[in-house]
Amino acid sequence: MRQFALSIVLMLSASWASAFEAENVAWFGPKDSERVLRIISTADIAFFEPMIASFLNATPGVAIDYTVASSTELQKAIIEERQSFDLVVSSAMDLQTKLANDGWARRYTSDATSALPSWAVWNDMLFAFTQEPAAIVVSKTGLGDLPIPQTRNDLINLLRQHPDVFRGRTGTYDVRQSGLGYLFATQDTRASEIYWRLTEVMGGLDVQLFCCSSDMIDAVKSGELLIAYNVLGSYAINRPDHQDYAIILPSDFTTVMLRTALITSTAQSPELSGRFIDHLLAKSHGPNAAPLTSSELDLGRVEPSLNRIKIGPGLLVFLDQLKKTTFLSEWESAIFQN
Amino acid sequence: MRFLLIEDNAQLAEAVIDRLMLDGHVVDHAPDIQTAKDFTATTSYDLILLDIMLPDGDGRTFLAQHRQQQESTPVIVLTARSEVADRVGLLDLGADDYMVKPIDFSELEARCRAVMRRRGGAAQNLLSLGNLHFDSHSGTLKLPDQDVQLRPRELRLFEVFANAPGQVFSKSMLVDRLFSYDEDVTENAIEVYIGRLRRHLESSSVKITTIRGLGYKLDIT
Amino acid sequence: MRRATANGSLRRRLLLSLLASSAVLAIVVYFVVQSVARQVAQDSQDNVLTASALSILDSARLSSGEITIDLPYSALSMLDSISDERVFYAIRLEDTFLSGYADLPQAVRSGGAGPAYVSTVFLGEEVRVATVGRRVSTDTGQRYLHVSVAQTLSGQKQALARISRTSMGIGAGFFLVSVLLAGIISRSTIRPLDRLTASMSRRGPRDLRPVAAPVPSEMVPLVTSLNSFMRRLHQSLRRSEDFIAEAAHRVRTPLAVVRTKAEVAERKSTDPETRKALTEMIRAIDDSSRTAGQLLDHAMVTFRLDHLTREEIALHRLVEESVERTRPTSELKDITLDIADLDTATVKGDPILVQNALLNLLDNAVKYAPAGADIKVALNAGPQDAVIRVTDTGPGFLPSELSALPKRFTRGANTQSIVGSGLGLTIAKEVIEAHGGTLKIANTTGGGACVSLLFPLS
Repeated sequence: MRQFALSIVLMLSASWASAFEAENVAWFGPKDSERVLRIISTADIAFFEPMIASFLNATPGVAIDYTVASSTELQKAIIEERQSFDLVVSSAMDLQTKLANDGWARRYTSDATSALPSWAVWNDMLFAFTQEPAAIVVSKTGLGDLPIPQTRNDLINLLRQHPDVFRGRTGTYDVRQSGLGYLFATQDTRASEIYWRLTEVMGGLDVQLFCCSSDMIDAVKSGELLIAYNVLGSYAINRPDHQDYAIILPSDFTTVMLRTALITSTAQSPELSGRFIDHLLAKSHGPNAAPLTSSELDLGRVEPSLNRIKIGPGLLVFLDQLKKTTFLSEWESAIFQN
Repeated sequence: MRFLLIEDNAQLAEAVIDRLMLDGHVVDHAPDIQTAKDFTATTSYDLILLDIMLPDGDGRTFLAQHRQQQESTPVIVLTARSEVADRVGLLDLGADDYMVKPIDFSELEARCRAVMRRRGGAAQNLLSLGNLHFDSHSGTLKLPDQDVQLRPRELRLFEVFANAPGQVFSKSMLVDRLFSYDEDVTENAIEVYIGRLRRHLESSSVKITTIRGLGYKLDIT
Repeated sequence: MRRATANGSLRRRLLLSLLASSAVLAIVVYFVVQSVARQVAQDSQDNVLTASALSILDSARLSSGEITIDLPYSALSMLDSISDERVFYAIRLEDTFLSGYADLPQAVRSGGAGPAYVSTVFLGEEVRVATVGRRVSTDTGQRYLHVSVAQTLSGQKQALARISRTSMGIGAGFFLVSVLLAGIISRSTIRPLDRLTASMSRRGPRDLRPVAAPVPSEMVPLVTSLNSFMRRLHQSLRRSEDFIAEAAHRVRTPLAVVRTKAEVAERKSTDPETRKALTEMIRAIDDSSRTAGQLLDHAMVTFRLDHLTREEIALHRLVEESVERTRPTSELKDITLDIADLDTATVKGDPILVQNALLNLLDNAVKYAPAGADIKVALNAGPQDAVIRVTDTGPGFLPSELSALPKRFTRGANTQSIVGSGLGLTIAKEVIEAHGGTLKIANTTGGGACVSLLFPLS
């Protein structure tokens, strides 16, 4: 009887285990390979494929099982369902930090990791391999004669001076839905009070809220929006149609998100994972780097105003439920003024 | 020979004089330096025997003065102390030799002869007997046909005869002159040396003749 | 000479005690430094945790009866500022969990207010937890709000490793300096003793002057008794030397009288029995007088050796003189004494002693060689040394005697009948050795004895 009860529990947990929602799944390398590296990632296959290809090229006989999921689904897969992934690659720095902080990552050191700048590694667990700025995307045609804003102050002044032009035609993340939007927003508030002024101004102009950067870019391109704030710059520049809009890295400060990778504590092939991390870091740092993000997005130009999000327990603060509740209620009262 | 004995111990002086007179020497005795000076001022001696410790001074003082006065008489110092201790300065002060008491008179005689030979010079040391010349300094007999080097005892024996040609010496007399007390010898031992000398002298005009029952003498033919 | 039995070494004992105490001190220093530093490191970690927890506690607000907490960014980021640390926190209203990590243990203070700390393991790693609390007023009355903040220990471990290395370094450095000092101290402490030893060793064998140089007070009794011992020794030595000299002198004059009278009596007597008895008497007198003479010589030689003069000695002249001096006695025994070889050689030393040594050798040769033997004296000078050889055509030494002979009072077994004390070789040996040379006795290929005095030429 007791055994029966136990098996019921196991069955329930098993059916629950496959409950996380994968957006896409892909297999690279030999179909029947014994050595398989299982990666769960928030990055699109197209975005990450060059990295996988160069790794498989350098490491023959290895296969990679690549699963794409949203950052929340990813958390669910690792924490709640204990899926046996080797590597977690995510742009949600706060959630990655929490995974590592809560013991889901294993420490890894190598020549490559010790060569990293201190901002690119945390606790030998999290390794940053991209730097992706939050940009202002502006419709070149839609703005007409109006000046293209280079700072948030420029943007606030522009919006205030031409409320009729911009009403209903600005867009930004719905931070309640988007983890990345929330991350950008909270980091903006840390950097400057100007975020709240901008948010209030945009709220007063019936700002449109989006789930994702690509939707915002589409809206700018279609002319629905004139200006989108806190768009992921790497997405904007990686699109083939990026000539149709202006991508502005605000010169007062540019918040930079770091895409990070970690080896799970339950990794089946930690050695292979380590080699993948080394490969990833070699491709993304140092003089011979070939980063995944387009080099046209020149971060060096705005280096003094770069505001790299610091990996570390500070990020846990904004995941705190009480803190998040407080923040979101403030944000809502700024956005929804009517 | 004429000796001057400078010795403060009367007993010893008496005995030494007795002993030297046995060999036919003439001895004057001075018990102190002053008396000794008186003797040397008036008499000429062949040899002075000088004790070091004297009632009126050190024998060395006498020695130094004696040499300063260009006196040529040889001096043999008699000492009762250590050779090492007393030797200091003795020879430098002009002593010809020194002896440690008690005196072995054979040795004294030998030392006297040595001193005489050293002081005598070549002429005095050369003696001619018939067709033979004798160099007592080098101990050589120069014969017409050859030179003969005498051994010490042969030399001594020949000296005894040569100094008194024609005089008869008994065997015991010769033993006393030739051997010291630490040798056990019989009178017949003399015959060995007489025999050796006779062989050396065969080609010369000098002969050693046996006088039956009395001894030997040297003859020049 | 018999060496003193060594029982341990003062310097080593001193050095070892100094080293042992330094080692103990070094270990104590190591542990004290480490424990103090560990405490400091622990305190500073606790302080940071407390500051973090207090800043969270301060951000608690009561609005419309609900507690809101605006977690300050710095509250958690400050814990990560020096080294990467995993950070955990928990906010509880009494037993109700509000936010953070629900399972995080709470540190409990055993009494009184203020922060509490506990070290524990959380999510697989060692952590330090600090808990602070304060009263808040809620709808349901006064409640107690607790904030716990925890952090992993990697930074502290690094710090402790560094501290451990540093304190190890301090301990080792302390020890090294102590070793150096111990060496210097023990050396300088023992130095007066070394100096005393050196000054005593430098002395001649009979230099019995008191030690005059000042010594440390601890050594004064030793040096005082040493001086007193040496004074007594000196006096006793002096007395015996004087005694021997005086005794020989006192004995010799009567002996001379007796010997002379016996000789006169012997000459005058015609009775063979009387003559034989007198001859034996004379021999006995000669024997004892020779013994007395050599004893006195030996005493004087040893005395002079203590104050060895260093004059230039023309060895060739000395050899000539000595041979001349011995010739009369050799002739008495029908022994030919010749100088076979005479190089020119000059050495430094006491000429009287060297001549005495040579005279003793010649005297021995004359005494122990049979009548009619030949004695040859040679002086050969080489680049390194000058050698005086006295060889005779006598019976030579017995093999067993060759080593024993130069010792005092040893006399050749085949020379029982010959007057002499055997001191002659001893005297010669002492003299030549005091001059840095050696005495060698051997037999010639023809069977005769050969005694050599070898002087180094420096």
